[in-house]
Parts: sequence; structure tokens; C-alpha cells
Amino acid sequence: MSREKLMKRAAMGILAAGAAVAFATAAAAQNFDDPKDFAYAEQLLKMKPQGPEGKPWEQNLGGKEVDTSKYKKPGPYRICFSNAGVDNPWRVVGWTDMQAQVDAEKANIKSFTAADAEGKDDKQISDINSFVSGDSCDILIVSPNTTAALTPAVEAACKKLPVVVFDRGVLTQCPVTFVNPIGGYGWGIQTANFIAEKLPKGGKVLGLRILPGVDVLETRWSAANRIFKEKGINVVGAEFTGGDNAKTKSIVEDYIRRFGKIDAIWMDAGATAVAAIEAFEDAGQPNPIITGEDQEDFLVKWQKEKLTAFAPTYPTYQWRSAIIASLRILKGEPVIGPTWKLPQPDITDATLATYVDPKMPPLHYAMCGCKDLPGYPQRWGGKP
Amino acid sequence: MTTTAASEGWPRSRAIAIAKHVNAAVVVFVVLYAIVGLLQPSYLEPAGFMNFLRRSAPLAILASGQLFVLAAGGFDLSMSALVTLTVIGGSMLADNNPDNTWWTIGALYGIGLAVGALNGLIVSFLKAPSIIATLGMLLCVDGAAMMWSGGSPRGYLPDNFRAFGRLVLHDVPVIGTFPIAVGVLIVFTLLAWWGLHVTVFGQRVFAVGDNPRAAELAGVRVSATRVAAFVISALSAVTGGVMLGGFGGVSVGVGSGLALQAIAACVIGGVQLMGGRGSVVGAVAGAFSLFALFTLLNLVGLPQSLRDTAQGLILISAVASGAWRLRHAG
Repeated sequence: MSREKLMKRAAMGILAAGAAVAFATAAAAQNFDDPKDFAYAEQLLKMKPQGPEGKPWEQNLGGKEVDTSKYKKPGPYRICFSNAGVDNPWRVVGWTDMQAQVDAEKANIKSFTAADAEGKDDKQISDINSFVSGDSCDILIVSPNTTAALTPAVEAACKKLPVVVFDRGVLTQCPVTFVNPIGGYGWGIQTANFIAEKLPKGGKVLGLRILPGVDVLETRWSAANRIFKEKGINVVGAEFTGGDNAKTKSIVEDYIRRFGKIDAIWMDAGATAVAAIEAFEDAGQPNPIITGEDQEDFLVKWQKEKLTAFAPTYPTYQWRSAIIASLRILKGEPVIGPTWKLPQPDITDATLATYVDPKMPPLHYAMCGCKDLPGYPQRWGGKP
Repeated sequence: MTTTAASEGWPRSRAIAIAKHVNAAVVVFVVLYAIVGLLQPSYLEPAGFMNFLRRSAPLAILASGQLFVLAAGGFDLSMSALVTLTVIGGSMLADNNPDNTWWTIGALYGIGLAVGALNGLIVSFLKAPSIIATLGMLLCVDGAAMMWSGGSPRGYLPDNFRAFGRLVLHDVPVIGTFPIAVGVLIVFTLLAWWGLHVTVFGQRVFAVGDNPRAAELAGVRVSATRVAAFVISALSAVTGGVMLGGFGGVSVGVGSGLALQAIAACVIGGVQLMGGRGSVVGAVAGAFSLFALFTLLNLVGLPQSLRDTAQGLILISAVASGAWRLRHAG
């Protein structure tokens, strides 16, 4: 009897422990569908940007100025940059923006040293360590490869010199500022609202995603899906394309065959938007309502085919902002911090003409804010 | 234990004799495609089947090219990079101008010829194992493509270039639609079949793969045969690249993994690694099987990582069953 009871108790104990572990891991894992973050993004989207007109890379949405007088130094400065990688076209454009910004500020910059981590956490940690242990940097810019893994290295760097982080964040407040746009939730809100507005009653939406598990992409989808659910929109599927043109086209073709008609395409990134549209063309179907991104191939197609389209952006101009913030810090001028939220403009029918440029390469990101930088357009692969 | 059972009753051995004449990959393909059709009946319509052929045509062409190298006892891993170079280079040379299409395609075949010849020469005269030599070539060609483009596509492919992979003729009698890609597939595989199974050159390829020393003693120019096999493989990669660029447009990742898929397709089609055995029918059926499997995995919503695992398992089991068949072929 007592034995049986004991075993029962043990079993319950194990169960409880298991539940606790499960709960703990759930709490530790990042929540990609956080109503608070969603509401914050909604609020940011409504805000009027402050700062110089027509230069969104110098503007901010709310936020406070931090005093940087303790970092003040005589120039010219030595800037070091630990880059997560240049392994996709977005990063190629951003990296080009950044180098051009350095050229534009030549008078204030003595040296600009960059280390490419090639998408590897361990390489980036050692890159940061060697920047910190050497004596050749006045300030360190970090574009982290992953959030959690890079946090200790950034914390260690903060003890030695001022740090600016941009794009993906880290789990510490120690950097002087973290420059980034509104982000994934904002993207999801903008795109889903556009589709909700244009979609005919009962229309079918197909979601195309690159891959699961990446925070910036997961939040784009979770925010959009939240709105689709709220508004009772019929999402017939959400598929992973791997960012591959041929696979995207095949998936869309299959959906058109299966459902007869797809009314709208939602995308979490626009690199394969043209392939998705071509699937409709090849099937002899009218073009869908579509949300892509600010890649030129999509914008050119949009203008040419007069699509019902929308392009949210994750602006590459933030790479410029990181240099601007660094120089301000070293000059002792106040910067927005510890989080500097940049505006995240979208491209609509009304503004399309400003951004479309067939002379730029297909995967050039139009929201580069780079037209005033030295070497435009050739430096970005464009034709003069 | 199965061997003793097989040798006892005549129906079993007779069944094996018949099975030996039907390529296993054909059966595998029919079964897989039937499952695809069950899940999504539109694949069973003529237009659906034509579309399937159109999508799998590049892989089938790559497999029939790879077959020459495999049959001659080598591997060609550089295919993937050559496909990428074809798409990226094609977009930069043609520069979205339809007038440039023809000379661009000519230039791309020229590049393919050079890469293939170089592969063959390195393997033949520097005596490098082909798996390593072509792996090196893969890195070189991939690097060249990235340097040429700066890591991101730099232009568009004109519509007449893209027609090979994209254009579909409508209102065709009987079948309804006819993709140009299927036409390219038929022409290429017929040429490959003729080259490997009808000509003396084809016999030499098998002889070199079976036993290079014996082939040499019998008067076969082993090096020349090997170089030619690598050139054919490279030309198939250029053809596949033109079609893939046509189907999906320009992207930098277009070729990744294709060489291994082509080898997997050949293995499924009963081609013996290390040379000496194989058929174009098997390679093409293997490619269709592999593509039907990918389609199936997509339809049931399996993620990419599982797709890779499945491909690996199939490769291993196909090689194992190939070895088994060989042991029991008498």
C-alpha cells in the first residue's frame, strides 16, 4: 500500500518536474508572437519621425537623448566594425551604404576597420575580442550574427570602449545605442493591413515565407497572421520557399492548380516576389494582390504590370545610421539611446515612382537612402 | 537467406529476370508520382504532368550529363557551380537585351567546354581523383561567379533567353500544353542516349569505367575519352543552367546541391558508381523519381532539413541496393 503510494508520489513528482522544465524552456525561448511587442510596433508606426526632413537615416521615433560627453575625444577617429556577414543581397547593399558613408565622412575618420564573421557566432566573438584587446579602435560597431550568443562578447567590449549595435540586437543595455528600425511586427502590420484593405470578400491569401525560426522573419509572420485572424481573412496556406525562385514558383503554381484562384500573396521577404508573380503569368491567371519588399526587380515589375502591390521595407540605411551615431558619440554630441528607433517607410503606388530605377541591379534595395552618397549608382552595381 | 529461397522456385528467378530488364527507377517513379497524384489530383491532368516534366527537366538533363562521367568511373561535383555561373553570367552578358541572347548562350557553352576540358585534363594528366578535382573546380567556379557579380545578381535575363525554361505553348493537340523545356529535355536525352548506347564512343566510356587498364590495352584512348565525358557533363550543366535561369530568373543560389542530386538520380537509376554500368533511361527516370519525391515532401509539408535527410537516405539505399543487384546479377 505505502509502496504504491510512494510510487504514485514519485510519478507525480517526475510529472511536475517535467512540466516545470517544459515551462521554463518555453519561458526562456523567444516569443515571436508577443502582444506587447505587437502593440509597441503599432504605436511606433503611428508616430511622426523627428529629425531632418528627407533623411530618415538620421530620424528617430520617440526615444530619449543620452549624454555622451564622457566619450568625447579629439578627431579624426578610428572606427572598428564587427560584421555578422555579407551573405545576402540585403547585407551587400547595407555594407556598401556603410562604406560610402565612411567615405563621405573622410575628414572625421582616420581609419575604418571591419571584420567579416561570415555568419559564424564563434568567428564574430573572436573578432570582437581581438578588436577589444588591440588598441586600434575608438569605438566599436557590432551587427550581431545572433542575439544571445553575442551578448557576452558585447558586454565585455562595453567595458573597454563605446559600442554601437545595429540591425539585430543583444540582450544587454550596455551599448551606448542600439540603432534599428521598427522591425518585424511593423512589417507584418503594414502588409496584412494592405491585403485586408484590397482583398475582395472571401478572397484567398497564400503566405510565402523563407524559413522558420529566424526572429525577424517569425515576427513578420506572427503580426500579419494575427491581423488575418482578427479580420477573418482566408489564408489557404503558408509555405516555406527557402528563398529559392524555382521553388517559390513551383509552390505558387501548385496552389493555383489546387484552389483555382489565389487572390493575394503575402511574403515575409521580397527576393522571390517576381518568381511568385510569374507563376500567375505562366498559369494564364490575373496578377495577384501582392506584398513584396523594396528590391528593384519587384518595383520594376510592379510599375510595368501596374500591380496592386505594396512594399514594406527593412531599410538598409540603418548601416549609415550606425556610422552617424558613432561619430556623434565620439564628438560628445547627444544621440538617441539606449534604443534608437528609425522610421520604416513603405512603398505604395503613390511613392513607387521615387524608388523604381531599372538601372539598378535586380536585388538592389531601393530604401538604401544612398542616392546622396559618394559613388552612387555604380558603387551599388547600377549603371550611370 | 534470400539467395537460397530465390534459387529454389522458378517463378522467383523468372520474376527477377524480368525485373532486371525494367529499370527499377521507372517503377519507383510511377509509384511516387501516383502518390503525388493522390494527394493532388491536378498532377494527373496532362497540363499538370507537362508542368512536372518542365520543372524536373533541368535535373534530368544534368543527370544524363553526369552519367557520362560516372560511367567512365569518375564524379563531377563542379556541375552545381557551373549552373550558378551560367545563370549569373548569362544575366550579366545578355544584360536584358534580347539581341544578346544567342551569342551569350554561345559564350556560356564556351565556358562550359573550358571547365569540362579542364576537369578532364586535371583528372587524366595530374592524376587527381575526380571527386577532389571537381570539388576544387566547384569552389573556383563558384568563387568566379561571386566575384563577377559581387555576390548579388547584377542583371536580368531577356525573355527569349528565358523561353527555354519558361515558355509554354498552349492549344497543342492531344496534350494541350507543351513547355519548351520538355522539348529541350527530349532533344538532349536523345542525343545522350545515342552518344552512350549507339556510338563507339559510348562503348569506350563504359570500357574506361569498367577497367581503364584493359581499355588502354585494347587501344582505347583513355584520357581523351575521360576528357570528353567531363566536357559532356559540363555542357549538360550549362544547358540545365539556361533552363533553370529561364524558369525561375536570376538568383545566386540556383545551382547549390544540384551535382549531388544529379548523382543521386543516376544512382537511383541503377548507374554503378566507379563506372562501367548505367543507362540514360535510368538516369532520367532516377531524376524524375527524385523530383517526384521532392514534390511529395513539399506537398506533405516537410521542412527543407528533412528533405535533405530523405535525399541522403535514398542515396545510401540506392547505392546499397545497386550493390546487392550487382552481386545477384550473376
